[in-house]
Amino acid sequence: MDDKITNILVVGIGGLGVMTAAEILAEAAISLGFDVKKTEVAGMAQRGGVVSSHVRFGKKVLSPVITKGTADFLIGFEAAESLRWTPYLRPEGVALVNDMKIVPPIVSVGLYDYPDNPVEEIKKSGQSVTAFDAGAIATELGNAKLVNTVMLGAVSEKLPFSAEVLKACILDRFRAKKPKLVTLNDTAFETGRRIAAEKAS
Amino acid sequence: MSENKLVNSPGGTPLLLSGNEATARAVWEAGARVAAAYPGTPSTEILENLAPFPDIYTEWSVNEKVSLEVAIGASLAGSRSYCAMKHVGMNVASDALMTQTLAGVVGGLVISIADDVGFSSSQNEQDSRYWGRFAHLPILEPADSQETYEMTRAAFEISEAYDTPVIVRMTTRICHVKAMVTVGERINKTAPGFIRDPARWVMVPGAAKRQLPKMLERDGKLKLESEKSPFNILEEGSDKRIGFVTSGPAYMHVRESYPDMPLLKLGFSHPLPMDIIRNFANTVERIVVVEETEPLVENELNGAKLSVEVHGKDILPATDELSPAIIKPAIDGLLGIETAVVEAAETIPIEPLFPRPPTMCSACPHLGVFYTLSRVRNIHISGDIGCYTLGAGQPWEALDTTISMGASMGIALGLDKGRGESDSKKAIVAVIGDSTFLHMGMQGLLDITYNKGNVTILLLDNRAVGMTGGQENPGSGRDLQGEETPRVDFVKLVEALGVAPERVHTIDPYQLPDLFKTIRKEVKIPEPSVIITDQPCVLIDHYIHKPAYTVVDDKCTGCGNCLDVGCPAILVTRRGKETKPNGKEVDLAFVRIETAACTGCDLCPKTCAPEAIIPLPTQAKGCASHG
Repeated sequence: MDDKITNILVVGIGGLGVMTAAEILAEAAISLGFDVKKTEVAGMAQRGGVVSSHVRFGKKVLSPVITKGTADFLIGFEAAESLRWTPYLRPEGVALVNDMKIVPPIVSVGLYDYPDNPVEEIKKSGQSVTAFDAGAIATELGNAKLVNTVMLGAVSEKLPFSAEVLKACILDRFRAKKPKLVTLNDTAFETGRRIAAEKAS
Repeated sequence: MSENKLVNSPGGTPLLLSGNEATARAVWEAGARVAAAYPGTPSTEILENLAPFPDIYTEWSVNEKVSLEVAIGASLAGSRSYCAMKHVGMNVASDALMTQTLAGVVGGLVISIADDVGFSSSQNEQDSRYWGRFAHLPILEPADSQETYEMTRAAFEISEAYDTPVIVRMTTRICHVKAMVTVGERINKTAPGFIRDPARWVMVPGAAKRQLPKMLERDGKLKLESEKSPFNILEEGSDKRIGFVTSGPAYMHVRESYPDMPLLKLGFSHPLPMDIIRNFANTVERIVVVEETEPLVENELNGAKLSVEVHGKDILPATDELSPAIIKPAIDGLLGIETAVVEAAETIPIEPLFPRPPTMCSACPHLGVFYTLSRVRNIHISGDIGCYTLGAGQPWEALDTTISMGASMGIALGLDKGRGESDSKKAIVAVIGDSTFLHMGMQGLLDITYNKGNVTILLLDNRAVGMTGGQENPGSGRDLQGEETPRVDFVKLVEALGVAPERVHTIDPYQLPDLFKTIRKEVKIPEPSVIITDQPCVLIDHYIHKPAYTVVDDKCTGCGNCLDVGCPAILVTRRGKETKPNGKEVDLAFVRIETAACTGCDLCPKTCAPEAIIPLPTQAKGCASHG
């Protein structure tokens, strides 16, 4: 194992499953023997505020915090939040974005504007980005909560470990807590994986 | 429960744990028999994680002072006991702390104080290490989950060995960071039972005075313990231009940024191991103290007149979280070298985005309250701490003060009694939640009735501690274990506190006309009144979802009235302008309702004059599953 630290930033707003996704990524890294730290600021975040979860893994991780410009991966669960955190990506980093828009009341009452096309702006900043409507896919598969698994499937081929390891971690979680949902999550993971591959080609 | 790894893993198991989870495991392993807390970010999850462990009594207390008193009582009975709180909690609990430190302990007594460094969910930022200096107590400062686990366990030993309560000082970045921890086994501790000893346990002046020299003597012994503590670690380094003295999460940032510089990591940070520090100073060119948040260690080092210069807050901020991005430029600047943060230069710039402050939830019972308050004229609104503090923000702007738990009561009375000329026609309204009222608001209401104040109180009873995630309290009728317990009767309670029965009203906050009329009536009556809203928090399990509402496009006039409710489920589809007959141009906002978010609370239809908001037609149901 070399000294390289992998930095994954998972972002969104409260209630979208950001923290669970980060936790699963951390578990996958642990299962491979990496040292892992995962951090986020919660608290008022569950009231629709911004959530960012930092996952760092490698031989030995000290600071739990990802510094601006050093994230290898940005996994965005909401379009504008993905744009907000883009400066945390390193040059040539990987951005994977659910382009669903969640407009806060502060925009609805007319005080601020929501950007017309956040994904386009991420591209303008020079980062390559894979964007798709993970929410629609999840709903199509029959459960809006599958967004999480779809997103992880989509990023799985790009991580510095095998997609199968990540998938096993997700399915193990469901096997322990909700065994009925194992097959559905398997499908969601593979759908995300396939769509990301199609977008990339 | 079998899947609860924290509880069921045998000793030697490595687990990915947050600082809060690691604390819970350590408290249980240490053989503690009693643990108490009031919820507060970032400490809340400690007691939540302790609750499922066997052979330990755990409780949500009504406030932090009571929680500490429960822990003290258990210690006097000989049980190892524990108490957790956020930083501001100790302000409330300190009355008990400042005297118990004179009396000492029987069973080990450990207090975790979690500082919300960086204001994730607090009204101020405090450095709880001051309590160690103020109350003559040892302070332990972990830097990650494993250390949190080890120090919390050791704290019980230190407490008993030195006859003192011990504080484990955590921060948000300790509580909520997950890292690997290897757990151990529980030590079984029995309690010998309470032994009468009035000279120690009855703190009248004579007894307390006799204890004082013992406490000062203890300071000296704790200093010697600090000098030999395994938690104070000297790390060698080849680049001796700087010797770092650091503690807590700051250690990680420093070590990552400067791997080759010598460093003294303080885990037992009060009393300071000054001999070790003095020797360390002799081996380096200068000392830099890196600590969150205030310069406590730095000031003591400056007072100690070390052989080299001491830097700290002259180059680093004394507020908010530190990080490599903050530390590196400061230290490089001190060394007179260009900051080697290449990333900063290459950071991708983006246009400034809208902020996304916390909001009230869709269908939150507070929405109707603040919609109504925003439409009542000539009132000052004294607020309190909880989700409803958000009422100060957009779109309601219907809350004028927030200071501390329960303060809405006293502040309201003060606003009433201290009226200035411009206030002569104003009514004073106080807004407080159920749990905050029970925490520290009841006494304030008693003061209002006792002193014949003219305040209208809105007691928002949503049966949960909402902001921290819907925890139980005496108003919810359930305890920490989720079991049924007597539910406080707010009507009887406020009447017992002196509010006239005809001035107490219970209102469904979704019934806007009732709420509006009642508030309007009560603010005109120059007596204390209490309006209790009685609908539950939407986050708790018992909340019942009803079919969603929808907007009939042809009927929506774009008036935007429903947007003033502030419900996140109401979204603007298009905007426009209209010129009124009087020539005034008004903005229009046409809306839709997000079906997945709407719980059918029936609040927004009451704000819609053209009746454009209707229940979603039944055939549309079942199209999408939102399980």
